Order: sequence, then structure tokens, then C-alpha cells
Amino acid sequence: MKKIKVGLGTCGISAGGELVYNKLSEEIKLRELEVELSETGCMGMCYEEALVEIEDDDQSYLYSKVTADKVNRILEDHVVNNNPVEEWLIRSSEITKEDTFIENQERIVLRNCGLINPSSIEDYIEEDGYKAIEKTLSEYTPEDVINIISESGLRGRGGGGFPTGLKWKLTYQSVSDKKYIICNADEGDPGAFMDRSILEGDPHSIIEGMMIGAYAIGADEAYIYVRAEYPLAIQRLRNAIAQAEEKGFIGNNIFGSDFSIKINIKEGAGAFVCGEETALIASIEGKRGVPRLRPPFPAVKGLWDKPTNINNVETYANVPWILLNGAEAYGSYGTEKSKGTKVFALAGKIKRSGLAEVPMGTTINQVVHEIGGGIKDGKEFKAVQMGGPSGGCIPASMGDLQIDYDELKKTGAIMGSGGLIVLDETTCMVDLAKYFLTFTQNESCGKCTFCRVGTKRMLEILERITEGEGKEGDIELLEDLGNKIIKGSLCGLGQSAPNPVLTTIKYYREEYEAHINNKKCPARNCPSLLTYTIFEENCKGCGLCIKHCPTDAITGEKKQPHEIDQVQCIKCGKCFEVCRLDAVEIN
Amino acid sequence: MSELVIDKVQETTRKEDIQNFKIDLIRKRKQSGSLIPLLQSAQDSYGYIPEKIIYYISELVNIPAADIYGVITFYSQFRLKPLGENIIRICEGTACHVNGAKSILSVIKDEIGVDVDETTEDGKYTLQSVACLGCCSLAPVIMINDETFGNLTADSLKKVLKNYQKVEPSLHEHSSTNE
Repeated sequence: MKKIKVGLGTCGISAGGELVYNKLSEEIKLRELEVELSETGCMGMCYEEALVEIEDDDQSYLYSKVTADKVNRILEDHVVNNNPVEEWLIRSSEITKEDTFIENQERIVLRNCGLINPSSIEDYIEEDGYKAIEKTLSEYTPEDVINIISESGLRGRGGGGFPTGLKWKLTYQSVSDKKYIICNADEGDPGAFMDRSILEGDPHSIIEGMMIGAYAIGADEAYIYVRAEYPLAIQRLRNAIAQAEEKGFIGNNIFGSDFSIKINIKEGAGAFVCGEETALIASIEGKRGVPRLRPPFPAVKGLWDKPTNINNVETYANVPWILLNGAEAYGSYGTEKSKGTKVFALAGKIKRSGLAEVPMGTTINQVVHEIGGGIKDGKEFKAVQMGGPSGGCIPASMGDLQIDYDELKKTGAIMGSGGLIVLDETTCMVDLAKYFLTFTQNESCGKCTFCRVGTKRMLEILERITEGEGKEGDIELLEDLGNKIIKGSLCGLGQSAPNPVLTTIKYYREEYEAHINNKKCPARNCPSLLTYTIFEENCKGCGLCIKHCPTDAITGEKKQPHEIDQVQCIKCGKCFEVCRLDAVEIN
Repeated sequence: MSELVIDKVQETTRKEDIQNFKIDLIRKRKQSGSLIPLLQSAQDSYGYIPEKIIYYISELVNIPAADIYGVITFYSQFRLKPLGENIIRICEGTACHVNGAKSILSVIKDEIGVDVDETTEDGKYTLQSVACLGCCSLAPVIMINDETFGNLTADSLKKVLKNYQKVEPSLHEHSSTNE
């Protein structure tokens, strides 16, 4: 029997996946077809959404950019007459088109994403689900588990890169009658959606990973702290927990052992700083999410003052795989100090945006060109921004850099949670730095003076520069302030907030100088630094720009070259957009 | 007295929502860390957090109203004012930013005449900005109520907004919760 799967992650739904699913379901009923229709999580190829996969005798056909209108033909030709609609196929066993996106990836964390139905525990069990916890409880002591995780070389995927085995060991060694384990699913970096896709596509793997962690450290209660902005992830997690409870995988004396666990979901309430572990704990306790001084670390004194272990979604998703396949298998991927794989959310000025899981040590160029398919609209590759507001920009000239924790740190950027935004020649680096600082400034909790006031002053300077009022010495002042904020802040937010500014100054100092000294924006992005003029030779005097100009700044007789009054011009760019003769110039 | 507080606000809200909130209150008041879930439940029921509800929760969970106010203002999710009938969310994620979210925002501002976090005078639209809607491959993106619109240009956005104003009557059924 043929199987039809529709990718229904948030991205798939946004692209119309739900309409396709409903139409399929309706038509299958109407035609009384013998096919199995199911939903699945994000398949990773967000650039081709909505995606529909048809499985037939071990053969898989993937249809891209499916709309409800295409459903009838796919069903008629492919399902009824066994005649795949080739022009809409992106992948099949015989026809290969743009297949490098998936082929260049190594999927450990995303092993089930886009393959199984996330709402079905049976699907997960079929893929060896809950086998790792069963094996752990019957074969290993908590020390064994900690040793296996340590040997695997797994490091925290939330961005910091702290060795997971060591973190577990520290919590294990804390003596207490009660311990907690927390999953940090407060993915707040703009441009990052890996954790969301895992939560939506394979919620059971996170639950299983947390259970193994809980057993290792001696916890019997777990919290998953999820952003409230991810309603679908919350719904699928709730459903997964209920199913696992029903099967007896969550509860008391699991698999006949002494191990018991209760899993709770806490919805975040919209505060970026709650991604910091002590702030997250405060938020679960119902307080303002303000970080506190460490030590004591959560491993000693965490949630409700009890020893607590916190890891990120992707970290937990790795755990069941490691337990089933062994530390050595995991360690065979990656570089000397960064083992395994890393999931990146590829977005920005790139042809194929989506989820990419690659072994550590893959170069930036490989990710951008081989997986991402290069830059959109024939523009030039300028840089990648990694690590979101805590990270930095790495110029295209360093594209051969291997992605691992330590190599990235050397550049001033960080691995971060995995947002990878590709930038082209039209991106102004000063504006980008300003964008990230606006974000962190807004999200600073206000506790540390350097973070609260320092980021505000830095932002004011950047605003001044992009408005053409930069002064000599501004760059040095930014560097000075940035370094002091790093030293004078308690938590990761403040300590990393200046990174986007410092790395752009490091690699694109000349862009800052052009803004300040020549009052020019080389990327032609900052409106205050642009002038719009009409190139008389090209202008036929059609009047289109006059019609669209919101401030009546353009004058001229019909069939005579027009003119832009620079005083009235608000630099909205409308005339440039509408002119069909390339007669409007930007300088 | 507390019962009275609830009943007064009730006039403007649906009965079953209030019921849910009341059940939540009783179920959660003794749990540690229940303040944020209670505030979320209140907001789901009323669409915002009415001042009187703060006192009501304060009484039940034994936390001073000033502290509750502190928590409400710390988290961006909580609102102390009611929203418009339709919510327009503009994504300001990195991918949207580099793909021109700023000009999209200015078009919306021009078209509906309010700034971010404001509601139009007729109560029809509230404009909000969000850090990331998570569909970066469709950048730039906006959401109107539960519908997502991607790959926007100034022109396509104007069309979307115009279509919306035309078919508006059917959209009034939208409720402010997202569950």
C-alpha cells in the first residue's frame, strides 16, 4: 500500500501544507483510495515547502511546492495510475534533482524528523524508540551512562559547548533527596529554528534523552521549558508525554526498574534572557527571569534550591542515539575536540534555506555552497552570521574555516545554538550590528549596569553612524564599551551582546569608516546616507516616478527628464523600484 | 468579594473561558511556581490581564500584587490592555531583517496608521512585532491572526491588507488565544 506523508512543521503549515493535507484527505475519501495518509515533521527542505512524499514499495517520491490545486493530478497520475508527475518531483529513486541538500548531511539528531509521524508513539517505537532507555535501565549504572556520554565527547548544543558528561557528573555528585532535570527549549535567537523543528518533528527523542539524563544524575522530576511562541511544539510534546505515560514509559518503576520520572511542561512568557540557565530556573519558579551569580551552579543549587541539570533540546536528542550506537560511533564524527554533528538553521540570502545537520568540522563553504546551493539572485557571498545576537560575522574569505566550537571562537563568533544567516553584498554590516544590538538591548533584564546602560550607549552610537552623524573616535569607543560590557556582565546575554559589533568592526572596519568619514553606505542600505538622482540620458519622462513619489519630490514635464528635489526626498526608494528604464540612480 | 471581581469582567468575555480560568485557579493555586501559568490562563480567557484579576490572583496565591505586576511587565507576552480584533504580527527575525522587514513595517504603518504595539482607533487592528516567527525561508513574513503571509513585497503586502479589509466580516470569529 502506498503511503503519503505531508510535512507539517510550522514552516510547512505556513507554506500551505495544511491545506494540501486536508485536500488529500478529502480526495482520498472521495475516491476511496487505498493509501495511508499521515503527517510528519519538518523534512528540512524549507525552501521547497509544501512537501509531499509518496512511498511505494521502498521507493520514495518527493513532491515540492505542492499546493491544493496540484493534489488531484498527483493522486490521479501517481497513486491511481502509478505514473509519477515528474515535473513536480524533487527527489525519487530514479530522478535526481537538487539532491545535494540532503546527501551532504549526516542525520543523527534529525534521524526521525520528516520521516515519522510525530504524533504517533508507534512510529517512534518502530525506529528503535525507547530502546535506549530500556537498555540503559537494564544494563547500565548511572556512572556507566555518565562515562559513555563523556567518552562520546558530546558538548552542550545550546551554544556554550560545555561537556555534557561532566555536567551530568557534577549533578550526580551533588547529594540531595530531590533533583531536577530541565530541557531548555526557549529557543529565542532570531533566525534559529532547529530546536523547534526537533520538538515538532521528533518529540519522543527529547523525552527519551531527558529520561536517560534523569537516571544518570538521579532526578525523578523533569521540566521542559518551551517558548510560548511555539504552540505546535507544545501541543506535540503534550501529546507525546501523554502517549508515553499510557505506555508506561513515563511513570513509576519504568521497565520494572527502580527508576521513576514525572515530566512537566512550562511555557515561557517571552523573555530572551530566560535562555540563560539561572534565569530559566527563576522563570519556572514563577519569578522575573533575572539571572543570578554563579557559583553556586545549578548542579549544586538549582530549581527550588535542589541540584538541577539543564541541557538544550538538541543535546538531549543526541543522547538516545549515543546509548544505542555507542560512544565510539558518535566520536567518529567531528573534529578532535568537537564530536558528533550540529544542526544549523540555514537562512538569509541563500537559495536553499532549511535545516542542515552536518558533522563538526564541515567548512562554512560546504554548508553555504554544497548544501545551501549558493547565494540567491546571483549576488556575491559576503559573510555568514553565526550564533545570533550572541555571535558574530565571519567573512566569506574565511569560508574554508572548519565549523567546531574552538575554531569559531577564534574568529570572535560562536557556535551558538545554530542559526546560520547568509549575507550578500547588499547587507550593510553596520546596520546588521545595529539590528542585533537593538535586540539584546531590548532583552537585557536590567540587572547589570554595563549590560543595561552600556548596550544602550553602543546602540546610540550605531544609530548615529548609520544616520550619517558618526564622529571620529566612535569605532574606538564602541570597542572600548564592548570589551567592558563583556567583563562587567553576569550572564551570557551581556557577555556576548557586543560580539556582533566587535566582529563586524574586526572584519569590516572600512565599512564603519565609510559611514563615518565619507558619509557613505557601501552596501547602499542605510537610507540617510543615500541620495537618489535621475540619470537624464535614461529618463524618457514617463511620469511613473512622479505618480508614486509619496512626498511630491519629483518634478518634470512629460517626455522631459525629471528631477528629484533632495530637500523633499525621504529616500523611500519608491522611484528606484518603479522605474523601468534604470533612470534612477542611488549613490 | 473575589467572586464579584470575576463576574464584573465576565460581561465582555465568553463564559466557558472564565470557567476554565476558574478551574485553573483552583487547580494550580497550591502548586509552586504557578504564578506564570495562572497569568497565562487569565490572558487566554480575557485576551489581556485586567487589573482586578491581579488582585484576585494575589489573594489566592499569596503573592503581593506589586510583585505580580513586576512579573507581568518583565515578560513580553503579557498585556495590560485589550487587543484589537485582528492582530498583525510582523517578523523581525534576522532572515526577515536582511530581506527587507523594515520597509514591510513602514508599509503596514502607512496602511493601517498605527505604530508597533498600538491598536487602531476603531479597535480593528493591533500591530505587534515578534522576534522570529520561525519560517525564515519565507522571509519577509507577517502573520495576520493565524494566517502567515511570506515572500512579501510592498505591493503584495498592500494586496494582502486590501483583501483583508474586504473579507473582514468573516474574520471577527477569531479569538485571541492560540491553543
